[in-house]
Amino acid sequence: MNHDFTSVPPVFTLTVLLFAALRDLAKTESVRLVLPPGATVSELRRAMATLYPEMANLLARSVFAVNHEFVLDAHVLFPNDEVAVIPPVSGG
Amino acid sequence: MVRLTRDAINYSELTESVRDPHCGAVTLFLGTVRDLTGEQVTVFLDYEAYGPMAEKKLAEIEAEVRRRWPVGNVTLVHRLGRLTVGEVSVAVAVSCPHRADSFDACRFAVDTLKELVPIWKKENAPDGTGEWVHQSHTPASPKRESPENAT
Repeated sequence: MNHDFTSVPPVFTLTVLLFAALRDLAKTESVRLVLPPGATVSELRRAMATLYPEMANLLARSVFAVNHEFVLDAHVLFPNDEVAVIPPVSGG
Repeated sequence: MVRLTRDAINYSELTESVRDPHCGAVTLFLGTVRDLTGEQVTVFLDYEAYGPMAEKKLAEIEAEVRRRWPVGNVTLVHRLGRLTVGEVSVAVAVSCPHRADSFDACRFAVDTLKELVPIWKKENAPDGTGEWVHQSHTPASPKRESPENAT
């Protein structure tokens, strides 16, 4: 094995917007997570559930939005994306 | 036209605004704050939106309504903030040449709004407790990605 620690890929930090009960559970309007390059929504969801277990239940029932569009779990995230968790909506 | 507002919705003005000489039908839907959900008494609701995305989704619904029906005018307005029982939380006004299209278009707009637009309500009870309403979709059925799939 070649352990070349100088070429460890850089991680990136993503801000994730929270609304409604998720915001109340987290007691903040957004959280910042450090992710590896190429991280998907699925990995973000897992990372959030691990870091914020109080959100895990509702996170599992939520969808994610990137740059104001709903995305699936396989969607790949980039550093400048505007990411939000959308818990089940209840407008009207 | 679509709009999010923290002010009371003037639905008379809204209805007038969609009237059109080519349209023989005008449909207005109002969503109003109800005092009872099952056994649970509601004193007021707090509405919150993910503003930029909500406006985008509302505009997409307007575009889809115009694509599917021969609409003269269509307006969707959702109110945000604290609303007491009886107040208007959402208004959709549509005009079409004939009533069947007008009814259908209005219903589609309201149904799709309730399904897709990132707006949430918190029901506040007389005892001072409040609860966000987060029912419906599961991870197995992610939210539809465009209004045309939402019928």
